[in-house]
Amino acid sequence: MLRLLSFALLLAIWWIAALFVGGAKLPSPPAVLNVIVADASSGALFLHLGATLARVALSFVLAMSLGSAIGYLMGRVKLADRLGDPWLILLLNLPALVVIVLAYIWAGLTEAAAITAIAINKLPTAIVTLREGTRALDRSLDEMATVFAMPRWRAFRHVVLPQLAPYIAASARSGLSLVWKIVLVAELLGRPNGVGFEIGVAFQLFDTPRLLAYSLTFAAVVLVIETALVQPFEARATRWRPRAA
Amino acid sequence: MRLEVEITGKTFRSAAGETHEVLAPLKFVLSSGEVGVLIGPSGCGKSTMLRIILGLDRDFGGRVARPPEARIGMVFQEPRLLPWRSVEQNVRLAAPNVSDAKLSELFKILELDAHRRHFPGELSLGLARRVALARAFAVEPDLLVLDEPLASLDDALAGRLRDEIATLVASRPVMTLLVTHSIDDAIRLGDRLFFLSPRPARIVQEVPIAVPRAERSEAELVRIKAELAAVQLESK
Repeated sequence: MLRLLSFALLLAIWWIAALFVGGAKLPSPPAVLNVIVADASSGALFLHLGATLARVALSFVLAMSLGSAIGYLMGRVKLADRLGDPWLILLLNLPALVVIVLAYIWAGLTEAAAITAIAINKLPTAIVTLREGTRALDRSLDEMATVFAMPRWRAFRHVVLPQLAPYIAASARSGLSLVWKIVLVAELLGRPNGVGFEIGVAFQLFDTPRLLAYSLTFAAVVLVIETALVQPFEARATRWRPRAA
Repeated sequence: MRLEVEITGKTFRSAAGETHEVLAPLKFVLSSGEVGVLIGPSGCGKSTMLRIILGLDRDFGGRVARPPEARIGMVFQEPRLLPWRSVEQNVRLAAPNVSDAKLSELFKILELDAHRRHFPGELSLGLARRVALARAFAVEPDLLVLDEPLASLDDALAGRLRDEIATLVASRPVMTLLVTHSIDDAIRLGDRLFFLSPRPARIVQEVPIAVPRAERSEAELVRIKAELAAVQLESK
């Protein structure tokens, strides 16, 4: 209820501001809604949203799985940590724009280049988070698994993975928000569809209603995915913990 | 089945770079059906010795021979349960082959029936220790290792758990190694007592108890205790 009220307040402020500033710079909510409805009925909205979501999904899965595996390895094996650390620092501090531009130059304006570039941006933070998680693993439970001769896979699934789950959830959370931001840049620079591409077009035409229409629908989709997928996963992963007061 | 332990020495290098001797040369043998008790002062190296026997620490001089197929059941000093798995899952994960009947029986003996679905975070220390015992017994071990399983429990509960351990140990042939500070636990459960010196630990004395466990009456226990006290005085 309170959330709804807060949302209504935001809408009201927007509407009032639009009246003062004027429709060219800040269109009113109905003007934006008109664009959304028009593009939704033509199917363009879903095409662009779908393209963006597919890129997000692919690069997110790629970065998370690869990053988790590398992070786990670096947390477990000292040699891997030593060898990987300089690369990691380089990757962490490389601006997203540089990665995207270089990927397009080296691999052409292709889908593979875009997805790889987005994944590379997310990769180092996943590695860092999972490495910390692996370093924090409870050795006494490892010993318990060894003494009771648990097979490797069972020990990994029931002893190691639950300890890593909060780190995976945190990494997924921050990683998803990073990917949401970067995917639009990648699309703006070198893809012929997607929300980022549409925003680029709207920018060139100074078409603020279109710009807002696409960014707001995009934000709504992000919100739905966060609440419907990421938060339940987090809650499930930590359900054994006593609730905080 | 036999457990043969022959350690020639174990040293430990501290963070400051100094070398400490943890275990002096020591040797003992344990056969099926026997309960060996290690008694020694705090910090004398008992836990190190257990880690070596369990194969968790391979950096030592000497050898430990136990049949490779021997199943191990272990009760650590802390319960070491998986906080994210229920009581029943904790037991089943360590003992995947345990039958439902056997599990029910164990939970009944240890009075854990009401707690099957609870998570370890919801249990008291006494209950968690009982789950750890259930887990160790559920694997039907050939070698059972108990590292101060009754420490920090009140006397009444410790006494009941001790009786339960005695029942379970008697129910099947198993080599049992018990670490304790308590002479009472030692003489009620043990067949052979190994008294250890302060660090670096060595076996100062090995005392067999001739009377079978089941036939030790209270009077008998008092007599054994007095005998032990005399023996210990002698050795000083």
